[in-house]
Amino acid sequence: MKAARVTALAAVAMLLSLGTALRAQPLVADLSQHLVAITAGFTGADIVMFGATDGPGDVVVVVTGPPKPTIVRRKGRLAGIWVNRESMLFADAPTFYGVAASKPINEILAHNQLDRHQIGVDHIRLLPPNPEARRDDIPEFREALVRARQRDGLYGGEPGKVTFLGERLFRARMALPAKVTTGAYRVQMYLVRDGQVVTVQTTPLLVSKIGFGADVFDFAHKDSAFYGLVAIFLAAAAGWTAAAAFRRL
Amino acid sequence: MHVYLPIAELSVNWFALLVIGSGVGFLSGLFGVGGGFLMTPLLIFLGVPAPVAVGTGAAQILASSVSGVLAHWRRQNVDVQMGIALTVGGFLGSALGIWIFTLLRQAGQVDLVIRLCFVFFLGGVGGLMLVESARTWLRRTTSGVRTRKLHEHNWLHGLPFKLRFRRSKLYISALLPLTVGFVIGILTAIMGVGGGFILVPAMIYILGMPTQMVVGTSLFQTLFVAANVTILQSITNQTVDVMLALLLIVGGVVGAQLGTRFGARLRGEQLRILLAVLVLAVGLRLAFDLFTTPDDFYSLAPEGHG
Repeated sequence: MKAARVTALAAVAMLLSLGTALRAQPLVADLSQHLVAITAGFTGADIVMFGATDGPGDVVVVVTGPPKPTIVRRKGRLAGIWVNRESMLFADAPTFYGVAASKPINEILAHNQLDRHQIGVDHIRLLPPNPEARRDDIPEFREALVRARQRDGLYGGEPGKVTFLGERLFRARMALPAKVTTGAYRVQMYLVRDGQVVTVQTTPLLVSKIGFGADVFDFAHKDSAFYGLVAIFLAAAAGWTAAAAFRRL
Repeated sequence: MHVYLPIAELSVNWFALLVIGSGVGFLSGLFGVGGGFLMTPLLIFLGVPAPVAVGTGAAQILASSVSGVLAHWRRQNVDVQMGIALTVGGFLGSALGIWIFTLLRQAGQVDLVIRLCFVFFLGGVGGLMLVESARTWLRRTTSGVRTRKLHEHNWLHGLPFKLRFRRSKLYISALLPLTVGFVIGILTAIMGVGGGFILVPAMIYILGMPTQMVVGTSLFQTLFVAANVTILQSITNQTVDVMLALLLIVGGVVGAQLGTRFGARLRGEQLRILLAVLVLAVGLRLAFDLFTTPDDFYSLAPEGHG
């Protein structure tokens, strides 16, 4: 964390020295880290975003996890027991979604603008892949998807805070929970003036598993037949060792 | 204290896993059953996804059956011929079981079917065992000796493809062990259990095998079927977590040895009543979850998975 702060400060200092470059670009920003490593003891990570603008305005930061097709299933009662009944497939549901803004997002942008840029949990574009399959119960399933993700801390409910240091420098913090999906994340930083998006800067963020656990997972998925053989060998060897060890007792 | 399980994608207290492993191992040594029927539900209660609990269960059963078979082999309590017939049936059955498992997973019903199977079999076997052992206990107190034939002759003995099983002193149709093995194979794949708690009664009552051959031979069959399921689950569903399996095995083998020693001091029907109560309790706990209203009616799954 301390290291992140030091890099952040160093980068801000660098940005300040590049005052001339700023005049050409309305928004310059970066992240404290571009790689989040999930190791055996991973309990979540904090991402610090910082940057500078060329004058007054509002900043909105959106972090989106890799979109994955996701099925939402609804349970219903069948002969007294709870069974999965109806289901709906959402084509590109982001696996993580977080927003931070310098003011409440409704005061910064109009509803249609929020929809267009997918800013705010209520404005994420969540729809079934083919238009024919769109039923009138989409809102309920969409709400369930958001609710389930919020329960796991994956979709931030309340937008976080973007704090300005003076008029031009800003920073924001976003927490990634322990349950995050691996893959390529996208960090989008919007500069907004008078209800209009002036510019947006997109920065990639990579979340990846590192270490023994990651190797085992890759092995199991890429070379599954060999993995199965290794599993059999390990289990049989353990059983054999146990039998041999206790025979002597 | 926490260890990250790479396939279950979950951090679990490794000490809890050792305790569960040795607890189930102790009971399996005590009662002479594989313990898979307790292991899988316990893992599900712990938060391990049901498919991973099932896939990993197969690897754990493999380890405990290897050590069990070796012990029975030395006492010549394994009917290899019968074991092979059961295994051939078991291979076919487990292949079908894996296929059903994958279909259920795609349909989003795998959790439900695993739970239903457990409720049905645990309830059935537990109930029968409780009645049977309570009767034996009562009969013991009222005394009276009953003679029993080695086995009854019925329509099952009229089936074709008769084979002589020398070790078990049986002359029965090869279709019988094949079918029994086939059914157990399906269950092993779907429920992640060795099926000992169903196979042992089936071998005694359907095949008419002598009791002392039953446990060793059933473990022999379980060994191969569990190995087959382990590799098939790895290939089709990637649900075998070696880290989880090893922790359970380490606890399990120690517990099993302690259980075997402790079990020698208890009377047969007392043991069976205890086991029956335990089996019923696990079954009821699972049934309870099926009937209570869930907190959220909706659940998420990545496309193509349960």
